[in-house]
Amino acid sequence: MTAEIVVENVSFVYPDGTHALADVDLQIPRGHRIAIVGQNGSGKSTLVRHFNGLLRPTTGRILLDGLDTVGVHVAHLASRVGLAFQNPDRQIFAGRVKAEVAFGPRNIGMAQVEVEQAVYAALEAVGLTGQADTNPYDLGYSRRKLLALASVLAMRTPIVLLDEPTTGQDARGVARVQKIVSDLADTGRTVIGISHDMRFVAESFERVVVMRAGRIILDGTPSEVFARESWDALASTYLEPPLPARIGVRAGVGSTPTDALLVEALSQRKVAAS
Amino acid sequence: MSASTPAPRLSLRDVSYGYVGTSANVLQGIDLELAEGRIVGVVGPNEAGKSTLCLVAAGLAPLAIGGRLDGTVEQDGVDTRTLSAADLGQRVGILFQNPVTQLSGTSVTVYEEIAFGPRNLGLPLGEVATRVEWAADLVGVRDLLPRDPARLSGGQAQLVALGSVLALRPGTLVLDEPTSQLDPLGTRLVGDALADLAAETGTAILMVEHKTDLLARMADEVVVLVDGKIAKSGPAAEVLADPALPALGVEPPSDIRLRAALAEAGISFDASWGPALGVQAAVGARE
Repeated sequence: MTAEIVVENVSFVYPDGTHALADVDLQIPRGHRIAIVGQNGSGKSTLVRHFNGLLRPTTGRILLDGLDTVGVHVAHLASRVGLAFQNPDRQIFAGRVKAEVAFGPRNIGMAQVEVEQAVYAALEAVGLTGQADTNPYDLGYSRRKLLALASVLAMRTPIVLLDEPTTGQDARGVARVQKIVSDLADTGRTVIGISHDMRFVAESFERVVVMRAGRIILDGTPSEVFARESWDALASTYLEPPLPARIGVRAGVGSTPTDALLVEALSQRKVAAS
Repeated sequence: MSASTPAPRLSLRDVSYGYVGTSANVLQGIDLELAEGRIVGVVGPNEAGKSTLCLVAAGLAPLAIGGRLDGTVEQDGVDTRTLSAADLGQRVGILFQNPVTQLSGTSVTVYEEIAFGPRNLGLPLGEVATRVEWAADLVGVRDLLPRDPARLSGGQAQLVALGSVLALRPGTLVLDEPTSQLDPLGTRLVGDALADLAAETGTAILMVEHKTDLLARMADEVVVLVDGKIAKSGPAAEVLADPALPALGVEPPSDIRLRAALAEAGISFDASWGPALGVQAAVGARE
């Protein structure tokens, strides 16, 4: 079966001459949770902006459900792929929170009653139901990030792109974003997240794609990507494995990128030894 | 205060603040002191008033944005309400949470962007150039100097914004999540550069940060802000290890969290796996 998103030998050069992507090949099957990581300026945001047609490849092509995105109207792509920007202020413009969230669904032709349901569900998911009538700019940065996320959730797109969703969030905010990723996956949606938060990446995604200087240098499960043999490659793109992955290696129980995996591995060893 | 003791770089005494057009105060009864060369981290849940504290500490609230300020905010022993914007701007530099808010939007290159502040101080061109290169090296953006500031990635823009503030060489730095968009090693490098700056030049740093691993590595003290009030404050190692942090909406450092998870499963932490607080720093240094 063809993957939902296919990136074929894609390169991209910005108008100022910056080479942002070089020969990228990537296949993303429907319903997967994929994290894209890598140092600042490695091409992560540039790559995902190709998925919803904000950018078009300089060379190569992007296939969405087998169709080359070059021939697909942006309005159609918007109904398939939702993108929550890294900077919420690039996205927010309405005078009230609920109007902001309703804008997207309304513009992709959702019926009014469905728009209202979608807005309510999205605000509930991000914890902003109490702020429905607030001016978005009366919210702090962390809540504006959650609002931008709600605006994308309300569109109910099959593919959801989250660019640095945990930035500026406190512990509860991060937990909320983690639940949103897991709920989206439970309903069969494809979730693609960009993040520098390796704990979030290891706990919430089943596959991790690592970029450096516009190229993909690692691609695997969190246990594979954060295993000892990948550490040099990770360091070359300014990443480091989460703490439990390092402790796991040091304790001799292998690649354990989350607290839960490390606790489980050490518990099993303890049981086996007793 | 005796004549031989210098005034703290920044001092807030019983400070409350409310925005224009609102009746409730966002900050209430804040007491905080920042001495020369010290780094104080501020943590707390969303909407606790952390960014407002930055605006008040830097003197921008109420000077630039209005609002009601009660209590006293002093820079180098001088009440900020008596300082002009120009004078204030040379004593304290602020980095906003969103780097796009910080960039001037008028510069064609990153070099010009970082030079914008020093030029506006009326410094000779040679001094401006020295400061731009110094600041660019400090935050590791020398290779970005010819680039268009509008075409940077989020993390690169954040580094350039920080470099622009550092180039002003203020005695006090107020940083609102300075590493939020940086990659993990970039975060550590910026943290180390700021710690070196504080140690070598006596720059005092007030820094809002959700990354408690970073604060464990570089902060002298940590303040927990909840609902506009200081809920806890003290030496960084002590506050960050406080078991009450999660209930206050603050993520403990990785090693504290991991130890708690291991303890819950009845597994003792083996000393050979790493030292106590700051295990990340130690592991990183060795690998």
